[in-house]
Amino acid sequence: MDSFAILPQQLVFGIALGTVYSLIALGYTLVYGILFMINFAHGEVFMIGAYLGWGLLTWLLSAQLSSLHPLWVLPLLLLQGMIGAGLVGLSLEFFAYRPLYKRGATRLGPLISAVGASIFLQNLVMLTQGARMKVYMTSLLFPPSWRLQVAGVNISALLIVITLTSTLLMFGLHYLVQHTTLGRAMRAVAEDREMAEIVGVKVWRVIAATFFLGSSLGGAAGVLVGLYYTQIDFFMGYSAGLKAFTAAVLGGIGNIRGAMLGGLVLGIAESLAVTFMNPAYRDVITFAILILTLIFRPTGLLGERLSEWEKL
Amino acid sequence: MLKLSGVVTSYGSLPVLKGVSLEVKGGEIVCLLGGNASGKSTTMKTILGTVPPRKGTIEFDGQRIDGLPTAEIVRRGISLVPEGRRIFARMTVWENLVMGAFTRREAPADELTEDLERIYGLFPRLRERRDQLGGTLSGGEQQMLAIGRALMSRPRLLLMDEPSMGLAPALVDLVFDIIREINSRGMTILVVEQNASVALSMAHRGYVLKNGRIVMHDRASALLEAEGVRRAYLGEA
Ligand SMILES: Nc1ncnc2c1ncn2[C@@H]1O[C@H](COP(=O)(O)OP(=O)(O)O)[C@@H](O)[C@H]1O
Ligand SMILES: [Mg+2]
Repeated sequence: MDSFAILPQQLVFGIALGTVYSLIALGYTLVYGILFMINFAHGEVFMIGAYLGWGLLTWLLSAQLSSLHPLWVLPLLLLQGMIGAGLVGLSLEFFAYRPLYKRGATRLGPLISAVGASIFLQNLVMLTQGARMKVYMTSLLFPPSWRLQVAGVNISALLIVITLTSTLLMFGLHYLVQHTTLGRAMRAVAEDREMAEIVGVKVWRVIAATFFLGSSLGGAAGVLVGLYYTQIDFFMGYSAGLKAFTAAVLGGIGNIRGAMLGGLVLGIAESLAVTFMNPAYRDVITFAILILTLIFRPTGLLGERLSEWEKL
Repeated sequence: MLKLSGVVTSYGSLPVLKGVSLEVKGGEIVCLLGGNASGKSTTMKTILGTVPPRKGTIEFDGQRIDGLPTAEIVRRGISLVPEGRRIFARMTVWENLVMGAFTRREAPADELTEDLERIYGLFPRLRERRDQLGGTLSGGEQQMLAIGRALMSRPRLLLMDEPSMGLAPALVDLVFDIIREINSRGMTILVVEQNASVALSMAHRGYVLKNGRIVMHDRASALLEAEGVRRAYLGEA
């Protein structure tokens, strides 16, 4: 089959996928920006978001409400997934990281704690929900017939909704960080924690709020990915997390716009790769990008944070 | 207004302040002198509560403030211009000032506008540069911004840690003029300085800190005369 013929189609898919990666990547970057720590349990937060969305959707369907219109069901799924995932993020911060920092931990301790939390959450979901995958009944919400035909490119309503939702959430976050009191406090803590404290910022509250925000975006991504791929399992956070982490590093970890750009670039690169190569190479592309970034441009595309890192 | 009695502060097990007692009365400029690593900055941080004291008491307006969270101490009316200015370099001048008013973020918007106008009136340069990033300002402008930021919380007691450090002589004079000006409008000031002669000429009283202990305190004019201070801080043999 002619690869070039399906290129536009793949591009549309890549952009949608990319915005979802960006959404997850923001969780890594927000936490890194403020604590200089990679929250390796973030992939599991995303996974829990997917399970929460699945649980609510399944319940709504079983309640046999006459009409499940996505116009109200989707916001409801997202809201629940975001709040739930946000609370998981808050607990991670409170139980897995804060006690270590309060006792003067440096880098390695919290990192190990993150890996432990990640394994814990995976097993918690596996034990309570079973190891078999769950199925999102997406087609009852977004009938396959809802699609657009633009210049020979076939775009499903769901794909449009996913792209719009993630873009909207990202702009929302960007606005919050740039133009609100909480956002200013987050940037102040990221830049100079002691000075933030001196002007009266309650630093640990801001850190907790940052975890909540980043995790809630991960939760939203979980719902969107669940709706799109329709099958979820307790291990799904592992590869999605690594990819979003790659996106964050590619854009410049700690940099919010970088995470958005990195996700988009990665999503497009992946779908182009599967267009021209064996789809099995998809993950190889991701990790090649990660390794090449780390070797040749460790600060990422938009990163200027390395000097900060070195100063510590 | 401010009273420290027997304050002991340590980082880890190492005591840095070993029983500091000092007092600042309303309307005064009090100068805290001392050599490198004598504990001047630690005194400031202890008052503000970013480093809690191990022993002793700190009273502000007759009420104990030791052990309170920094945010609460700032809300009660103490604010710090830290050593080295510590401007938020990636935030605009305006954002830096607004961060200074963080404990007053519930205050009505026109009150904040009024305070901003007051600061811009004091430092017209800041108004011109309000949308510029803090990191792009010159050293003198950064010091003005640091003072302006501290004033945004509407303090009654201003702590200043080496405000003239690293500034060109002309700017040093300017900073001290500003301190006098702020004080003449009723602000109580506790200032740490290496630049002892200038600081004492402006202050009402002074304390000398050595190895975490107050070794001398007197009226500023008397300290300027005192043999020990002259030798140690005024570069005279
Ligand atoms: N955060 C800290 N942790 C450990 N030791 C510190 C810390 N800050 C200051 N010190 C030590 O406390 C002593 C007094 O420091 P400081 O109060 O900054 O002195 P000064 O401002 O008079 O130069 C110094 O020996 C310094 O090394
Ligand atoms: Mg000092």
